[in-house]
Amino acid sequence: MNLIVLAISAILINNFILTRFLGICPFLGVSRKISSALGMSLALILVVFSSAMLSYGFYFLVLKPLGLEYLYLVSFILIIASFVQFVEMFMKKYMVGLYKALGIYLPLITTNCVVLTVAIDVATKTNGITGVGFTFPEAIVYSLAVPVGYMIILILFSAMQEKLQINSKVPAPFKGNGIALVTAALMALAFAGFGGLI
Amino acid sequence: MKKSKIFTSGIFTSNPIFVLFLGMCPVLATTSSFSTAFGMGLAVTAVLMLTNILISAIRKLVPNEVRIPVYIVVIATVVTIIEMIMKAFTPDLAATLGIYLSIIVVNCIILGRAEAFASKNSVLDSFLDGIGTGLGFLAGLLIISLLREVIGTGALKFQEPFANTVLFNIRLFPQEYAISLFTQNAGAFLMLGLVAASINALKGPIQRFKDKQAQKKLAKVAAKPATNA
Repeated sequence: MNLIVLAISAILINNFILTRFLGICPFLGVSRKISSALGMSLALILVVFSSAMLSYGFYFLVLKPLGLEYLYLVSFILIIASFVQFVEMFMKKYMVGLYKALGIYLPLITTNCVVLTVAIDVATKTNGITGVGFTFPEAIVYSLAVPVGYMIILILFSAMQEKLQINSKVPAPFKGNGIALVTAALMALAFAGFGGLI
Repeated sequence: MKKSKIFTSGIFTSNPIFVLFLGMCPVLATTSSFSTAFGMGLAVTAVLMLTNILISAIRKLVPNEVRIPVYIVVIATVVTIIEMIMKAFTPDLAATLGIYLSIIVVNCIILGRAEAFASKNSVLDSFLDGIGTGLGFLAGLLIISLLREVIGTGALKFQEPFANTVLFNIRLFPQEYAISLFTQNAGAFLMLGLVAASINALKGPIQRFKDKQAQKKLAKVAAKPATNA
């Protein structure tokens, strides 16, 4: 039960883009087309899940027994950067089709705050449902639910952006980032309605 | 480039928030109150200054192929140090900023300045660039949080982060006329959108003014040889 509540809360209520403002750069930059939003978020699901699992394991099996918890930031960012590099090389060699579809988004993802935040969350923070640290199953659910929530927002938003680009009635100063941010504000208002769900 | 120009370009002509539109996550997340925005801006300035100095100092030792991982490790180390200092001396501010303090590591401005400036210039220049860009970021955060707090609550409050005392609390108009939306999540996007649109709207007149000045200068230069002859 807790796992379902955790997933719903991560996807709809504590959505990373709309309530925690993480991963805004790709949100404003990449999401002008549905196809690139989809590619970006699929690559993100892969990277967030795997690097969160690696960081979780590293924190509890290496850093904590050695009493080196304060090194979490340096080690997580290294894990993420090297993992992304590895995935990129692996895909290039063995999965050329997938590389052509997702490869260009991978370098962008290294500096996406969502990846680092999920890794920090599952390893060092308490989860909002039970009030204690993440157990392993909770970490799995959380690190899958967060990028899925990100994907939902990114795709909805890029669909609206595609419409807005055709529409010429947008006032000139609002073109580009202005109208994108106002759209995001309206989406945030709509998603605030999910607040009372749990 | 002149030293003063390096310093001021980060604040005005290439302001990270208003001109480059970089590092938007903390801009949206920490501007709901003036005090948190101030703390975040100072933290980013300190990180930017230190990373710029360090990266500029080691720029000749780092092989070109592995420079980005090296920069990331340097940045992560500096952020860890700043985070520890803030947790020790400004515990409440550190708790309010929470995860946004840790994720300064992946802020595009820090790596951007390291790659674009500190990896090519001397330590002193990089220091000036770091401080300038950091102050530009701080100024951007303060302006946005000022607008959000005043419109959203009708008052402007500033809490000094070290002793947690309220330095000033000015009420500009009664609470019931305030639009509390602006202190909430949706208001962050809305305010930033309005700011982006106003900057776009100002771009035209400023450009026209600059063109006019340039034309006047050209006309003067063109007129001079004629009078001399």
